[in-house]
Amino acid sequence: MKFLTPIAGTGHCGIFLVRMLGSIRPERELLLSTLQQTYLIGARSLVIIMICGFFVGMVLSLQSINALQQFGASDQVSLLVGKSLFRELGPVLTALLFAGRAGTSVSAEIGLMKATSQLEAMKLMAIDPVRRIALPRFLAGMLSLPLLTAMFNAFAILGAVMFSIGVEGLDPGIFWSKLQHGVYFGKDFVGGVWKSVVFGGLVSLVAVYFGYYAKPTGEGVGTATTQTVVLSSVLVLVFDFIMTSFLI
Amino acid sequence: MPEPIIKISHLVFKRGDKAILDDVSMDIERGSIVAIMGPSGVGKTTILRLITGQLLPQQGSVEVNGRDVSQMSRRELYDCRKDIGVLLQDGALFTDLTVFENIATPLREHTRLSEAEIEERVLQKLESVGLSGSQDLMPHSLSGGMARRVALARAVILDPKIVLFDEPLTGLDPIAMSTIGHLIRETNDRLGLTSVIVTHNVAQMEKLVDRCFILGYGKLIAEGRPQDLVHSANPAVKQFMNGLVEGPLSFRNQFAAGETA
Repeated sequence: MKFLTPIAGTGHCGIFLVRMLGSIRPERELLLSTLQQTYLIGARSLVIIMICGFFVGMVLSLQSINALQQFGASDQVSLLVGKSLFRELGPVLTALLFAGRAGTSVSAEIGLMKATSQLEAMKLMAIDPVRRIALPRFLAGMLSLPLLTAMFNAFAILGAVMFSIGVEGLDPGIFWSKLQHGVYFGKDFVGGVWKSVVFGGLVSLVAVYFGYYAKPTGEGVGTATTQTVVLSSVLVLVFDFIMTSFLI
Repeated sequence: MPEPIIKISHLVFKRGDKAILDDVSMDIERGSIVAIMGPSGVGKTTILRLITGQLLPQQGSVEVNGRDVSQMSRRELYDCRKDIGVLLQDGALFTDLTVFENIATPLREHTRLSEAEIEERVLQKLESVGLSGSQDLMPHSLSGGMARRVALARAVILDPKIVLFDEPLTGLDPIAMSTIGHLIRETNDRLGLTSVIVTHNVAQMEKLVDRCFILGYGKLIAEGRPQDLVHSANPAVKQFMNGLVEGPLSFRNQFAAGETA
């Protein structure tokens, strides 16, 4: 019954999520460890996110200007870049980068803790590793990704400005006013933030889950990290379509 | 005889169809140090996991402090584990925390002590295992013996009644072995613990423990004081205590009995 495996896996993962959320207690420890993880997986992903954002902004404006020029509409470039960024490219690309940068490290870390009996030691101290290890990483992922997406978007706009205004010589006034009037706060910006919260949850859930249930061997940890990247990337794209069809 | 602190009665544990433990009974007296010994793969570690409730027996019972572990709810089990310190193989220290934080983890989780009180208790435990001044080191910079001592300090930080040791001496040099051995004895007597040691190190156990249980083929084949067991007439016990190749516990016979590691 091979086709049942993913269904069973989804159910198992869902139970894990419920268990994780059920272990939330309003306590200082949780807040501190969530913030610490936000630093470790969020802040440390900043550089790669900013660099990628910058170049995505440049290439987007390069392509858009090229296409728009044929209709004599190259002054619309900021509108095109802004809409596609805030709605789609920002959240999705950041989530994919995040899965590769942070998702893998979370699942390798937890898998390795399991392989070296640290999770078992924790259970034996009557500490629930789901609450102490998995939960802060999951929450940190959900918190980090929207923030990283905002940084990605900001740097992409910067890239677009540098290219369109600096290189192509577009009028800055037109560039900014099109962006300001054409891109809506609610539909474009908040919609994108909403997506990135969901993607953050998805990627970190997958990372934490595969790490937690990794086989406690070197090979098992390797498999878990690979599965994390593959599955979370696929899920991000699938959920992107589903969410877009509701948000649009 | 006073009520034993750990009472294992007619325990049966199977993996698949194979019985790892088959009708094993042991009484472990309060305040003593006992060793559970036997060749690799006879279910020594399995017994520890049954005592901590990580595994549940198919038949029989494990009572800790008069309460059956298999009947406990998850919450009760976690409460019960606060009274049991466990030292896993290689120590299983948290690699991302300093020595201090490693030892402080159970305190932070289970007590409401102030930071000053936590510091006082951690440093005191660290001193009792002979590692004063090492609180800021990371686990990867410790030697095997030091890591084991830190793990011991962590295992007794909540002042448990029972400490379980899973192969505490494996992989250590002879001096570190004796040091850890001494430390186990000293900690046990000073804190009034009951220690259960799973091991196959016969020489150290002769010096250290009050009572030995020897397992083979999933059965308890002997129990008694180590001095007496060395001179036992039982061929399996004789083979194990003296490390003989031929005998009832030889590999050939294990396979014949369907027993693998």
